[in-house]
Amino acid sequence: MMAPALQDLWKGFGVAFEFHNLIWSFFGVLLGNLIGVMPGMGAMSAISLLLPLTYSLSPIPAILMLAGIFYGSQYGGAIGAILLNLPCHPPHAVTCLDGYPLTLQGRGGAALGITMLSSFFAASMGIVVMIFASPLLVRAALSFGPTEVFSIMLLGLLAGATMSRGPPLKGIAMTALGLLVGTVGTDVNTGVQRFNFGLPELSEKIELIALALGVFGIADFLLNVNRMKTRGDEIRIRMRDMRPSRAELKRSFFPMVRGTLIGMLFGAMPGTGPTITTFVAYALERKVAKDQKRFGHGAIEGVASPEAASHAKTQVDFIPTMSLGIPGDPVMALLLGALLIHGVQPGPQLITEHADLFWGLIASFWVGNILLIILNVPLIGIWVRLLRVPYRYLFPSAILFIAIGVYSMNNSLFEVAEILVCGVAGAILLSLEFPVAPIILGYVLGPTLEENFRRAALLSRGDLMVFIDQPISGLFLGFSALLIATQLLVAWRAGAET
Amino acid sequence: MSKRRDLDRKDRRIAYYGGSLMTFIGLAAIIQSIQYHVGTFRQMGPGYFPAAVGTILLLSGIGIALSPHRTGTVAATGADTQPRTQLRGWTCIMLSIIAFIVVSRHGGLLPATFSTVFIAALGDCDNTPREAAILAATLSIVSGIVFWWALSVQIPLVTWN
Repeated sequence: MMAPALQDLWKGFGVAFEFHNLIWSFFGVLLGNLIGVMPGMGAMSAISLLLPLTYSLSPIPAILMLAGIFYGSQYGGAIGAILLNLPCHPPHAVTCLDGYPLTLQGRGGAALGITMLSSFFAASMGIVVMIFASPLLVRAALSFGPTEVFSIMLLGLLAGATMSRGPPLKGIAMTALGLLVGTVGTDVNTGVQRFNFGLPELSEKIELIALALGVFGIADFLLNVNRMKTRGDEIRIRMRDMRPSRAELKRSFFPMVRGTLIGMLFGAMPGTGPTITTFVAYALERKVAKDQKRFGHGAIEGVASPEAASHAKTQVDFIPTMSLGIPGDPVMALLLGALLIHGVQPGPQLITEHADLFWGLIASFWVGNILLIILNVPLIGIWVRLLRVPYRYLFPSAILFIAIGVYSMNNSLFEVAEILVCGVAGAILLSLEFPVAPIILGYVLGPTLEENFRRAALLSRGDLMVFIDQPISGLFLGFSALLIATQLLVAWRAGAET
Repeated sequence: MSKRRDLDRKDRRIAYYGGSLMTFIGLAAIIQSIQYHVGTFRQMGPGYFPAAVGTILLLSGIGIALSPHRTGTVAATGADTQPRTQLRGWTCIMLSIIAFIVVSRHGGLLPATFSTVFIAALGDCDNTPREAAILAATLSIVSGIVFWWALSVQIPLVTWN
């Protein structure tokens, strides 16, 4: 079983090392890092902003570039969290707790070095799991009918809604809103126009990128204009500062391993967000530490473990995204949407039909992570300078890039208007303390969910029990019920205690 | 009991408005879906799924309105200072996108770039018109090189119609 996987992986390395693929991967890492490091820009905004750049490419280099953008921006987010205490990307919020104190003690460079090491370690472990688990999962997935697909998607959506930040009910409401937004346009079964508000342009779906850039880009600018300044005038980091001391390396090793394991565990559960993963990793590190008082005052373990967890989770998350077509979190949902735009349909067939793409992608994960290290050591000085670009110059430029980027996808000014509407709506939702990430998850999964829901009902001749009678589907629905029950219990307990 | 006291008026207001908004959207979705023909579970019409989702939204909206929680957990994206008035920022950002739509159609890429960046930059109280103009001019050059020349975006550089 292992031999064919390794053989495929070998071929994948061949694909990833093809010169033009390597170049695009490199570009992706570089641009992703560049965008991700800027204040207020996370992985979501980086991917949506740069996605239009990939349209002229063929699917393989495009997806390699996107994956590169993804790591680059993820790592860029860690830089902001550690050096400036700015959690631009929510999973890094927990990295701030100990990363920023380390910067204040002059060990910021070492913290970045540890971040790089632990993400590389965690990603490598995740890739190994991916290589061996994907074929197994595909074999299981091939036996899935519409009933099973519906139930597993429901579980994923529920987990994504309830386990992200904020109260679960708000997450559920946002997922439902995303599902509704996903129904806008022509119904594939009957051709009926749904929710088009009399606008013929809306007979196509709302553009994914317009939605993502609206709620993650424009909405953010609306909320942060005149509130965000720049910091970190004092920070100076050179290449040699990035080498962690031997003691720091020793202290970080086991947290790194534990973080990786936690990340994998959460990665295997569809829908659990990266934020919860990093928080659990941090909490565990604090629990097992001999001296808990160091945490919050610059404990290197508090950087190593969550960063490892988030990268391991990301890597493992690619498994359901690519082999089942079910993304684990909003970023994956966005990547899934990008694959669809490039005419690649993720799912069990992907590995057989697009073997070169799939294994090339896996190989490029390693290549991309190595590129990231090669890039970041010499470029750290530039990143630090970028972090200090004042917000008041940054956001007008970003608005321009967003507008041109969305326009260039379909040469449609209507879609530019969509980002305006989505942005204002997103800002209103954010100021009412709704998490906006589940909207993307609901939007991307909505059409598939509806399709499978309808097919399952049709095939069972209208018998609602079919979702429970089928063992696999019943299992997933059981998990969903369990999830809701635990959430209710937690809410009830919190109410009783205080 | 202290939970009740911890929640201040702002928390209640956010729960109330947020919940009501969701209830309203859910209700609107249901009403609209009914007109698309709902059908039965066995033969679902185009309105079945949106109506079901609308119902979930409606119910969670009611739940949200009834269970206020302590706020300040979600929107922590890194805002530094206490809220100042946002009217200027909001107006300028929205106008800048509208400017892009109008000017790129009638004036071309360079004027569109300039006006979009200029208007958006004015949204920040610390930017003077001069600074905004310099930023806009710089980005006009960048966008001419990157978007028109390198990526050949389908907007003429300068036009008039």
